[in-house]
Amino acid sequence: MITTDILIIGAGPTGLFAVFEAGLLKLKCHIIDALAQPGGQCTELYPKKPIYDIPGFPEVLAGDLVDNLMKQIEPFQPGFTLGERAETIEKQEDGSFIVTTSKGTKHHAKVVAIAGGLGSFEPRKPAIDGIENYEDNGLAYMIKDPEVYRDKKVVIAGGGDSALDWSIFLADVASEVTLVHRREEFRGALDSVEKVEELVQQDKIRLVTPAEILDINGDGKVESVLLQHNDEAKRMEVIECDAFIPLFGLAPKLGPIADWGLEIEKNAIKVDNTLDYQTNIPGIYAIGDVNTYPGKLKLILCGFHEATLMCQSAYQRIFPDKRYVMKYTTVGGIDGFDGSRKEAEKAVVKKIGNKQNV
Amino acid sequence: MSDIKMTIIDRDGQRHEVDAPTDMNMNVMEVCKAYDLPVQAVCGGMAMCATCQCYIISDHDLGERNDDEEAMLWEAQNVKENSRLGCQIPITENLEGLVIELAPEE
Repeated sequence: MITTDILIIGAGPTGLFAVFEAGLLKLKCHIIDALAQPGGQCTELYPKKPIYDIPGFPEVLAGDLVDNLMKQIEPFQPGFTLGERAETIEKQEDGSFIVTTSKGTKHHAKVVAIAGGLGSFEPRKPAIDGIENYEDNGLAYMIKDPEVYRDKKVVIAGGGDSALDWSIFLADVASEVTLVHRREEFRGALDSVEKVEELVQQDKIRLVTPAEILDINGDGKVESVLLQHNDEAKRMEVIECDAFIPLFGLAPKLGPIADWGLEIEKNAIKVDNTLDYQTNIPGIYAIGDVNTYPGKLKLILCGFHEATLMCQSAYQRIFPDKRYVMKYTTVGGIDGFDGSRKEAEKAVVKKIGNKQNV
Repeated sequence: MSDIKMTIIDRDGQRHEVDAPTDMNMNVMEVCKAYDLPVQAVCGGMAMCATCQCYIISDHDLGERNDDEEAMLWEAQNVKENSRLGCQIPITENLEGLVIELAPEE
């Protein structure tokens, strides 16, 4: 069982910044996210999207913002449970919570903060009958550990950055990589497309376009896929493989959180905005795009503010007898859990009235 | 410049007659959101998520899909011949009387 002070559900910008604010209060955080890497939709959907309304950044790419947030929270050593969706929550007698993920990982926390954005991002699944029978048996919608594919025959489907990037990466890991895309053109970074072309020339990737996978075959696990070439003849081809990885992007779903007994309004969790973004269940907070209240604006910078107030309230909940006095980070510095310390350089103050020192 | 009238059919089949301004640089996705219709627009209008997919019911000429829209619709579910991304359709006067239907959520 993983134990922590604040369990954050959602590793988008708001969830990540909550780690920082909690760290200033010496509260430990652990983050659960359905995606395989932190960053939420910023990383998964549009890492190259420019954002112009983050204070202090005239322009920042979504992916770079996440990288910076990860760097900012590093001293506070958050734990991560990635690639698993928060499934159930049980309130304990002492007011704490146990949250269990889709893969059965249990987390015990004094406070839960839902920073789930628009919900968990579920992979878009190709319309193949019985596809769920192969999930985790050779079929994966995201890659958590590329070593799983070492010396295996892999078929990847998709035309975006994920499909391109993983094809490139697995070209040196898998024994055979076939990239299948329904169009001739790819929607990805130009250098990735060029790299794939290069690897195709070197016979490290077999590229099949325009084509799509119609079926999966195998006895309890993926053994081959049925491919249809989208040419005039609609030629069919069976490709023997150990793994099939469709990478068609993600679609947001509120998911199991909707069944946690929280007050929901228009697909968002209602909170008490006047105080601390707490939900109707004491000890469970909702921050960022996942919440709603009068005047709500779904902006990253508003999520940062909400995360800050949530942490102050969480501190009082965890330590009801302690009085916390808010300090500016310039004055108080930052004490990381890793032993690091950051503080402002102390300026030399000249002695007043002593002309010799002037 | 004046408002145009358009009709949005929601996922329950209910028709919403709405006014859409032509002078606010809005697109169909933004009009749907302005009327609290259930369009998520996860990517904010960059043709990167298909959560604003709609079907064009009337016979307005919306022009060709651009490359981004085309590519996204190749990856999306529930795509039909008349599918478009609401975020890629700017509101202009020649859309007077446009009728769209929201595509099912994936």
